[in-house]
Formats: sequence, C-alpha cells, structure tokens
Amino acid sequence: MSLTKAEKAIILSMWGKISTQADAIGTQALERLFASYPQTKTYFPHFDLRPGSAHLRTHGAKVAAALGDAVRSIDNIAGALSKLSEMHAYVLRVDPVNFKLLSHCLLVTVASHFPADFTADAHTAWDKFLSIVSCVLTEKYR
Amino acid sequence: MGFLTAEEKGLVNGLWGKVNVDEVGGEALGRLLVVYPWTQRFFQSFGDLSSADAIMGNSKVKAHGKKVLNSFSDGLKNIDDLKGAFAKLSELHCDKLHVDPENFRLLGNVLVCVLAHHFGHEFNPQVQAAFQKVVAGVANALAHKYH
Repeated sequence: MSLTKAEKAIILSMWGKISTQADAIGTQALERLFASYPQTKTYFPHFDLRPGSAHLRTHGAKVAAALGDAVRSIDNIAGALSKLSEMHAYVLRVDPVNFKLLSHCLLVTVASHFPADFTADAHTAWDKFLSIVSCVLTEKYR
Repeated sequence: MGFLTAEEKGLVNGLWGKVNVDEVGGEALGRLLVVYPWTQRFFQSFGDLSSADAIMGNSKVKAHGKKVLNSFSDGLKNIDDLKGAFAKLSELHCDKLHVDPENFRLLGNVLVCVLAHHFGHEFNPQVQAAFQKVVAGVANALAHKYH
C-alpha cells in the first residue's frame, strides 16, 4: 500500500494547518486513546495520564513531531522513522495492535479539528498515511 | 451496571438526539466504501462507485446507509440487550449476506469519525469512549449468531 500523488498533496496541505496546533493534536489523540482503550495505559505506568498533565502534553508533542518528520519525508517514511522503528522493536515493544488504535484516535482528532478539510478523500489519505507509519514502526519487530 | 454506565448512556443519548440519522448513515456508509474500497464487494449492484464523489453522491449508497443507521439507532434503544436486539440481523448477515464481521468493526469506526467530523469539539474523548463501547457492542451483537 502506498500513497498516490493526490494523497500526498492532501497530507502536505493539511499538515500545514495541523502543524500550527501539532502538540495539541498529538496530546488530544493520546487522551482519546487512553479514554477509549484503557488497556493502552499499561505502557505508561510511569506517567501521570490525567487530562492536562505535563507528561501527556510532552508525549503528545513527541508523537506529533514524529508525524511531522514522516510528512516532511513523505517519499521515504521508512528512512525518516528508522530510529523510532528500532526503538519500538527493541525497547518499547508496543504490541502491534495498538498502532491501529492510536491511528484511529489521531484520525478522530483531525476530523474534529478540521471539518472543512476532512473530506472522504482526505479521510482515506490520512488513514493510509497512518497505516504506513504504523507498518514502518513495526517492521523490525521480528 | 449494564453495558454502559449511567453517565455513558447520558453522553451517547445526548449526542445521538442531535444526529440526523438518515444523513449520517449515508455519510458513514459512503466513507466506508471510499476509505476501505474492498468493502465495495458487497455492493456490486449499486452502480457507479468509481470515485469518492461518485460514491458519496450515489443514491443507493445513501438509501442503504439510511437503512443501516436507522437499524443501529433502534438498537441503541435496547442498549442493555444488544445481542437480543440484533439476533435476527446477525443471522441475516451470516446466512444470507455472508458479511465478514470485521466489516462491522470498520463501519463502527467510520461512524465514530463521521460523528467527530460533524460535532467537532463536542465529540470529546469521553463522548468518543462511550461511542466506542457502543459500536463495539453492536459489532459483537451482529457477529454473535455467526456459525
């Protein structure tokens, strides 16, 4: 599965808007993840996960920054996220099922923040993009 | 406690009361067919599904989406016995329609995206969490009679 030219254009153009609130978007996606899928909290026993916490905001910003890296290297996401991929494989070892859950929560966050832009085509482009990012992050697992 | 807490029921019913079920149904089914094109396999007789615009404007898609979501809406009235409420439909989807239950999960998540799209910040993390329980419950109820 790979992004078409049109899909890349959609992602790039929407990222322009998203990046102005990237930290908030990343943070809200995590809040949604922990609220809807409480089992995902098991990866963060060392964090204060209450909405508004400094831990959540810092981690949300990290997630958003990584997505930004992927967008800026949209033709070589594997290259851009290579170190992060290794970290997930050898250190974090987050079960692959969880990438779908966070991807869904990111999609919901984007949909709720950018109603005018979240057309059916944009929905497809983002779903594919996040799928690709998830694949890259799990490709070194075994 | 039933399937949802009293608070979750409040959140779900509070939002659902504002939903244009007919419209949201068409939107959700349309987006399912656009975002996950392999789901078009069940709708070969629906005519032009060649582009996002064609799908979203397709009158058969809209009509069917309306039917599906009205059924979902009826199910919400029996939130504490979703398996009972969807028993007949479960048999139908297995025996006659031959639909992989994974498709119910996909549609449920698309519906959540559509609600987020329509309601914006009002569709906050707590409201979403309640709806995720609902769509998972409906998907499980629809899969329950499969054999």
